[in-house]
Amino acid sequence: MTGPIIEVRNLHKWYSGVHALKGVSLEVAPGEALGLVGDNGAGKSTLINILSGLHRQDEGEILMEGRPVSIRNPKDAMALGIETIYQYNSMVPIMSIARNLFIGREPLTVSFLGLGWLDQAKMRAESVRAIADVDLHLRSPDALVGELSGGQRQGVAIARAMHFKSKVMILDEPTNHLSVKETAKVIGFVQGLKAQGVTTIFISHNMHHVFACCERIVAMALGRIVLDKRAAETSIEEVSEVL
Amino acid sequence: MRRIVKLALEKPELAGLMLLVVMVVLFQIRSDGVFLSTNNLRGILGLLPETALVAIGVTLLMICGEFDLSVGSVFALMPMTMAVLFVGGVPFWPAMFAGLLLCAAIGFVNGWITIRFDIPSFITTLGMMFMARSLTVVVSGGFPPRIRPGEVPSWLFAGFVDAGGFVRASVLWFLGIAILMSLLLSRTNFGNWVRATGGHLPAAQAMGIPTGRVKIICFVICSVLAGFAGMIQALRLNSFLPSMGMGMELQAVAAAVIGGTALMGGIGSILGGLIGATIIRLMDNGMVMSQIDASWFQFAIGALTIFAVVGNAWLRRRGRSMKVETERK
Repeated sequence: MTGPIIEVRNLHKWYSGVHALKGVSLEVAPGEALGLVGDNGAGKSTLINILSGLHRQDEGEILMEGRPVSIRNPKDAMALGIETIYQYNSMVPIMSIARNLFIGREPLTVSFLGLGWLDQAKMRAESVRAIADVDLHLRSPDALVGELSGGQRQGVAIARAMHFKSKVMILDEPTNHLSVKETAKVIGFVQGLKAQGVTTIFISHNMHHVFACCERIVAMALGRIVLDKRAAETSIEEVSEVL
Repeated sequence: MRRIVKLALEKPELAGLMLLVVMVVLFQIRSDGVFLSTNNLRGILGLLPETALVAIGVTLLMICGEFDLSVGSVFALMPMTMAVLFVGGVPFWPAMFAGLLLCAAIGFVNGWITIRFDIPSFITTLGMMFMARSLTVVVSGGFPPRIRPGEVPSWLFAGFVDAGGFVRASVLWFLGIAILMSLLLSRTNFGNWVRATGGHLPAAQAMGIPTGRVKIICFVICSVLAGFAGMIQALRLNSFLPSMGMGMELQAVAAAVIGGTALMGGIGSILGGLIGATIIRLMDNGMVMSQIDASWFQFAIGALTIFAVVGNAWLRRRGRSMKVETERK
């Protein structure tokens, strides 16, 4: 048995007097699909925001593959291989798919001090390939993301994370506000990740979605982990009970 | 074919471009052909770079999701500072450099305060508009500095470059800067960040873009361009007045908006800002040439702004609603 790919130890976070995380410890094994559930304010988003670099913990440690790491901003998280996909916030609707795929990590032909000339041909070609890799078939990488359906957008976001070889993919409520059909598509994408050996942390309000694609369920309430079981050994009823 | 029509309809500059063509035709007819004569075009080309340079900066900043009302005051402050230094004995080039540096500093302060205290740039730059205007009067000491023609290399910025006296150097400066800015926005990673920052701030932040720094850089570029434009005008007229560029800020915003830039950020192009600025200049000139009472100029600009925005929104909606398959079967 290999060690956990990502581990947090005794995380605490206060938001102006509110104790949002009260000593959370969690290990995630490589290739695992973990479902994180909990009510609003349970601390799920706080935990995720810390892992994705949007906030910093006040206390506690984060370890990647056994090594303690410090995640100060989203760039650090991405460099470690942690990609986060948000409900709305991961795409710019008025920009093309190819441009969205490479925001902040644009391939450049010439560069000086981090600024440079976009390699647009490469952006197009690679985005077409990345999207096809998650089994999404879009006609043109130049289409605006705003013209895609919600499910397609999440597909593109997942394609982006895959393209940058993420080790841990965090999906924060990716199925919110999606139709039943679109939701099924997103769950399909997540199941596809499992097949490719990517570790996923899937956050949702909806237990059915979590049980559909995760093998381990972690429930949080009031800033603590209150349940941690294999999906096969628990049930929607039991998880609902502890929340 | 449908795809091409759809793409064209969604281009933000389209409404402005159509307006421009219609205006040229109408003015040409109403002025009995004087409008497009060499003499008249020379006049238009003299004024256009000044408005357009300000509009380019404002457009870039608006695409980044921010706003600058202080450009009109900076337009006056830069040449005034330069002229006062020059009259005080500083050679031309250091004086010019100091003026541009002051503009950059103003842009930086605008941006830094907006980001640091998280307040609307409308407010920051409104304050700066008054402050910079006041500074212009203060540095001049109430008496505009006098520079004799020939003392400063005006020809390099505002002189005619061709023997026939048709194209001024300012046109070349402006074209060069416009192309540079356009490439910066559309072909570099920085341009990608500007659009992402203005298009959807949370996404840009989540992807690790230093959005605050990107915005501050846009504020600085906008301010420097406004100051540079002011210098060109002052050198062209060889007069340094504290009242220069009054109302320029809103004309520049109008130019950006007529050219299809969205007030909310993200959408727009440098070309659109240029088209908008051209429309404003042509309107000014064309009304005189067509012997329309020039008091209507501001009315026309106002009406045009509203019309262009409504027209743009309509065209874009038409474009959006044209169904093309996004998924390949």
